[in-house]
Amino acid sequence: MGQKMLMKGNEAIAEAAIQAGCRFFFGYPITPQNQIPEYMSKRLPKVEGGCFLQAESEVSAINMVYGAAGAGARVMTSSSSPGISLKQEGISYIVGAELPCVIVNMVRGGPGLGSIQPAQSDYYQATRGGGHGDYRMIVLAPSSVQEAVELTQNAFDLADKYRNPVLVLGDGLIGQMMEPVEMPEYKKPELPEKTWAATGWKPGCGRDRAIINSLYIDPSVLEKHVNHLYEKYAAMEQAECRWQEEMTEDAEYVMVAYGTTARIARSAMRKLREQGIKAGLIRPITLWPFPAEPIAKAAKHAKAFLTVEMSMGQMIDDVKLAVNGEKPVHFFGRTGGIVPTVREIITEVEKLAKEGC
Amino acid sequence: MAKLTIAREVCKGCGLCADVCPKKLLALSGEINSRGYHPIAIAEQEQCIGCAFCARMCPDAVITVEK
Amino acid sequence: MAIVYEKTKLLTDKPLHYCPGCTHGIIHRLVAEALDELGIQDKTIGVAPVGCAVFAYDYFNCDMMEAAHGRAPAVATGCKRVNPNNIVFTYQGDGDLASIGAAEITHAAARGENITVIFVNNAIYGMTGGQMAPTTLPGQVTTTSPYGRDVNHCGYPIRMSEMLATLDGPAYIARVSVHDVKAIMDAKKKIRKAFEMQIAGKGFSMIEVLSTCPTNWGLTPQEALKWLQENMIPQYPLGVKKEVE
Repeated sequence: MGQKMLMKGNEAIAEAAIQAGCRFFFGYPITPQNQIPEYMSKRLPKVEGGCFLQAESEVSAINMVYGAAGAGARVMTSSSSPGISLKQEGISYIVGAELPCVIVNMVRGGPGLGSIQPAQSDYYQATRGGGHGDYRMIVLAPSSVQEAVELTQNAFDLADKYRNPVLVLGDGLIGQMMEPVEMPEYKKPELPEKTWAATGWKPGCGRDRAIINSLYIDPSVLEKHVNHLYEKYAAMEQAECRWQEEMTEDAEYVMVAYGTTARIARSAMRKLREQGIKAGLIRPITLWPFPAEPIAKAAKHAKAFLTVEMSMGQMIDDVKLAVNGEKPVHFFGRTGGIVPTVREIITEVEKLAKEGC
Repeated sequence: MAKLTIAREVCKGCGLCADVCPKKLLALSGEINSRGYHPIAIAEQEQCIGCAFCARMCPDAVITVEK
Repeated sequence: MAIVYEKTKLLTDKPLHYCPGCTHGIIHRLVAEALDELGIQDKTIGVAPVGCAVFAYDYFNCDMMEAAHGRAPAVATGCKRVNPNNIVFTYQGDGDLASIGAAEITHAAARGENITVIFVNNAIYGMTGGQMAPTTLPGQVTTTSPYGRDVNHCGYPIRMSEMLATLDGPAYIARVSVHDVKAIMDAKKKIRKAFEMQIAGKGFSMIEVLSTCPTNWGLTPQEALKWLQENMIPQYPLGVKKEVE
């Protein structure tokens, strides 16, 4: 661990990426993530082999990522909700061609142009693939600047390990907030060599000709390819699911919340405990794979669940699947860029406690 | 004296080579290749001057020219 | 006897899927021959488009990437920026480059991206079945302009080479044709020159190649060459549109 610094979430993510060996960044301005490209534009030209390029659109940026990843580089792009929608085409191709990269989404209110304030209303898009076709991505949801740093670095390793893009899903608050952060010393794990990368070939050079491609015109071959992708997703579900539990052992009312909302739910939980209400919190760190296991376990003793989100209720679908009808699952959310307050959450849980469900 | 070698199985019988041959030596053959095309054939090999116009015009790189 | 002409090793053995008489095959060969002559097989990365040339990665005997529709210049940019010593080219049709990918090609050119673009203009969407392209001629009948392209309704064809030549970024832009052997020899020379510009680090180069689509034009291969010469060349004049020292 290095020195403690006060950093904005967006800048900390950018620095963490560089520390993890990211040398290429392609992006397009959109609020509230602009400090990522700005930081990259300042830092990358000073790093050996580093290149920042502002693309003409989010569509171009993600396709530059495709080209750079296909050439074997550690590469990242970032955007916010409307921009991530534009990137979906490219993300689908990147998945199909099995290229590793890291994508950051600092979510803002939607639909449409929406607002520039924090939201979690891109959960469906993030966890169900987002673009066309059968696919998944590991989705990492930090709830502090420090965690954003660590997850960003993990994201590069996970992307390389599985040859699949990894999404870091923050929100306007995580991106804009300043917190003390220690930049950990990045240690690259052992990863397979990128022998598939397109770097130049000639007969007898020791590998097959590289073809970076997502087109499989024969349906039986495409089905085989998608089955192969899903074998990777099964491995991710086995190995990469992460969550944090707080006071769930004896909890009667278990809140499920991630990112910014989890911080507010945690404060609510502490206040509720002081009032004698046995509240607990499960915070998914990976939104996909979704931590169904601790939720199913908590369903054995909890009276009810409360899913708290900055949306009209998207993660609640996954919570309900995990609870599988064992206990009632309630929802509280604010949307459009409104951040729920501790008081609002306490009131919701108090209501449940009073009704006894 | 020049020699043309025609990859008959690759030829699609478009006939573009025949049109550019200055000696008009090339014509579609009556035979059919495995892909269902009438491949190009040279009538009088000894008349070929080896200009390779045919090979340069061929969209399918069917023709090899030696001289 | 010595070989006067044989298929270049920069093309694979896979038979081309193009229709009989389609000049895509000639253009593939010219590009491959240029790469071969320059001795850059081991450095070259090609980027295939969406459209008739979607399978170009099966034919060019070098490392290849397949891009989404219109995005080849962006993919090539990412690739080239990672390994600037690689020679990176895109191979794109008119729908891909001049319509859905108009932004990508324009900005790659404006940046002076040190890549080479092979732009195949046959005034129609071939792969999808002969729909109107951004380069379809006024009055030209296609499956989505069945009464002929009405410029009052859907505008005019775009001369991409002239348009991009107005930018400061490009180093070399030329329009060539492949309707006869002389034109083919000239096309080859200019394609080679475009790659030489990239090797010299001069910046963006693009060769627009007028090409035929006998199937969707509803003509024989011979008639198609004639149609190209009589109709396309007046609309799309051949020649060097930009060249830096």
